[in-house]
Amino acid sequence: MIIILFGIFLLALTVITALAIVQSESLFAAVILTGIFSLLMAANFFLLDAADVALTEAAIGAGVSTVLFLGALALTGEQERSGSKNRLLALGVVTITTLIVIYATFDKPRFGDPAAPVHQHVGPWYLEKTPELIDIPNAVTAVLASFRGYDTIGEVFVVLTAGIGVLFLLSARTTARPENMQPPKESHQGLRHYLVPRVVGRMLIPFIFLFGLYVQFHGDYGPGGGFQAGAIVAASIILYALLEGEEAALRALPMRVLQWLIAGGALLYGAIGVMGMLLGGNFLDYSVLASDPIAGQHIGIILIELGVGITVTGVLLSVFHAFAARGKV
Amino acid sequence: MYYAVTIATLITMGLALVRALLGPSIYDRLLAANMFGTKTVLFLSVVAFLYGRPDFLDLALVYALINFIGVIAVLEFIRERVDNNGAKKNTGEQNS
Amino acid sequence: MTTVIDILSWVFLTGGGLFVFIGGLGALRMPNLYTRMHAASLTDTMGAVLVLVGIMLQAGLTLATIKLAAILLFLLLTSPTASNALASAAILSGLQPQEGTVRPGGASE
Repeated sequence: MIIILFGIFLLALTVITALAIVQSESLFAAVILTGIFSLLMAANFFLLDAADVALTEAAIGAGVSTVLFLGALALTGEQERSGSKNRLLALGVVTITTLIVIYATFDKPRFGDPAAPVHQHVGPWYLEKTPELIDIPNAVTAVLASFRGYDTIGEVFVVLTAGIGVLFLLSARTTARPENMQPPKESHQGLRHYLVPRVVGRMLIPFIFLFGLYVQFHGDYGPGGGFQAGAIVAASIILYALLEGEEAALRALPMRVLQWLIAGGALLYGAIGVMGMLLGGNFLDYSVLASDPIAGQHIGIILIELGVGITVTGVLLSVFHAFAARGKV
Repeated sequence: MYYAVTIATLITMGLALVRALLGPSIYDRLLAANMFGTKTVLFLSVVAFLYGRPDFLDLALVYALINFIGVIAVLEFIRERVDNNGAKKNTGEQNS
Repeated sequence: MTTVIDILSWVFLTGGGLFVFIGGLGALRMPNLYTRMHAASLTDTMGAVLVLVGIMLQAGLTLATIKLAAILLFLLLTSPTASNALASAAILSGLQPQEGTVRPGGASE
């Protein structure tokens, strides 16, 4: 009961934050408030017992999204342009949409009702069959990676396409022209005053990377998986880029390697699917990958999660470098 | 006894949010966001314990990481803006 | 023995909760950025240490304790660093520490 009160309090804070984001004219403040909004949503998901979603929301929403928004802000101005004069039409549209949505909630089942449709059809079947067919403790990963593998391969290709789209739009140059390149001494001038964050940050980067790998491979047993792990590993390399300069990060992981990462993850996923076909089963059927079907499922799940993680890391890093490189010109 | 700590943490999150909304300079808001992040980590640790699910503690660790990276990102952005403008721009008083 | 651990962890948790609340209050009511930072960062770290040690005492010697120790170590490393970086950035951008502070003798600026 008291958990529901916590949830209501956090939702109230979410509403207040959202109003403040819409209201504020300084985009810089809006970005920081968006980070707080993301943390609040993640806490809400956590209270609703959805740990995987909360992890993804934290890693991508509060971490990488804030960095990307700031990168975009570096290319544009800091104050919001004044809006259009046609306020009445916008107000009308919003009011009508809100009334429709409120009317639609009258048919919703009560919170936690066991007779709700979501508890009736495939949900209980998945929960029942996971120990028998796949035998991993985390049912979310089982559903995501094995029972609904087609949806997940669609997601990976969506991430891939989005990355390609962003790179087209920003047309990142892989080699900087000599007359535009700043001498590296200049860009490090300000960092001299930031000795403490640099030292501590450099010490922490390998542990963050290691934690990302832990989240990747522990996805079978606890909250985790490919998407979260990709975001955490990308965040660790973004931290390196923030502290040491973007050229140093490009020396560590050049653009060519990133392109291989983006395509390689999706390729790995598809290859596992095709291998299922070659060994006699259907596309993305993991049971034929080993002599014991449960062992085959485990192998399949680990490999496709690896593919997802690789693609997400590559895309997030490429987008970050695209924004950062554009800002230097 | 866990409930008392959770309620204190939630109230502090509310206070930090007020500071983030009010703060006249960008550094006030950033301070409030950092504080909000650490309070979320504490909230998650205590509630994960309350639920009896210790494997949710991974979330708290990720939040601590993300908080740190977010603060460093904003500071790098500010520093780069100051460097690019040549002179020392007083970003503190011009942002509302 | 368990009663001692219970009482100890109760003391730690209450102390931690108190510190956390004082920090929030300080961040709201202090007049200046630097005083707010002082209140927020000190009480942040101390409150986090007390609360996490309190929970660790309750958890005993399990995997959860090791994870909590990792969270504690990470918070101890990054929270003061972030405050340092914030204060450096504020000083470098020219925000003076003297605005809005109360002079000894009671007269406020």
